[in-house]
Amino acid sequence: MNTVVNTLEQAAPAQPAALETEREYIRPAVNIYQTQEGYVLEAELPGVNKEGVSVQLEGNLLTVEGRRTAPALPETGLFYRETSDANFRRVFEMDPAVDTAKISARMEQGILTLTLPKAEAAKPRKIAVA
Amino acid sequence: MFDSPMDASLETQFTGDCLPPVDVHDGKDAVMVKAELPGMKKEEIDISLQEGVLTLSGERKGSRETDSGGATHCERWFGRFERSIRLPCEVDAKTVKAAYTDGVLTIELAKSEEAKPKQIKIQFN
Repeated sequence: MNTVVNTLEQAAPAQPAALETEREYIRPAVNIYQTQEGYVLEAELPGVNKEGVSVQLEGNLLTVEGRRTAPALPETGLFYRETSDANFRRVFEMDPAVDTAKISARMEQGILTLTLPKAEAAKPRKIAVA
Repeated sequence: MFDSPMDASLETQFTGDCLPPVDVHDGKDAVMVKAELPGMKKEEIDISLQEGVLTLSGERKGSRETDSGGATHCERWFGRFERSIRLPCEVDAKTVKAAYTDGVLTIELAKSEEAKPKQIKIQFN
């Protein structure tokens, strides 16, 4: 029964990211919550604003990409470095129960929040016994 | 995830479950510190400067109430953090500028006059 309303699963990118550009991507940290309406996905994309984020759906694969817009610190004089300039990318496999037409996205302080409601037919329903 | 090698000269100290990644840039007139802290509010970040040590602290909270199902996948970290960074030189504590945009905290600390590079004139006979 559980598999009918399966959660989003991570899937390997359809093709290696390196084919598109020479640059490597960072895999953003993600939380996925199951709600009564469907799923909520939160991805950490620090340094990415609304214009830099793209969410694409192809078949049952949902691709999240984030391009940093803030200028990088100049390389000269860099005293200590832990962050990266690389962009973000991650692919998810969609639960077929999600109503793809109703997916919505919000970007706030580097957190992308995707709301993925399930189609009405897929929602749990209480059936009254006559 | 954030287990970058620690630079001994920086003398960073931290407490808490996790710590934000930080960049320190030693420019000509100012020291720039950049920290990745996505999903916070400006008011939730504390910045203090004492004896050449910059301390960033605060609490990262979950942004939403989870319904009955809860998190099915959890990679983000929440909780208190505190990170102290010894600055590479003397700064003027009165002219510290901070901004928080797109989940990135940027702090600009102007160097004190003594710490700025100086040109020394040499007189030749």
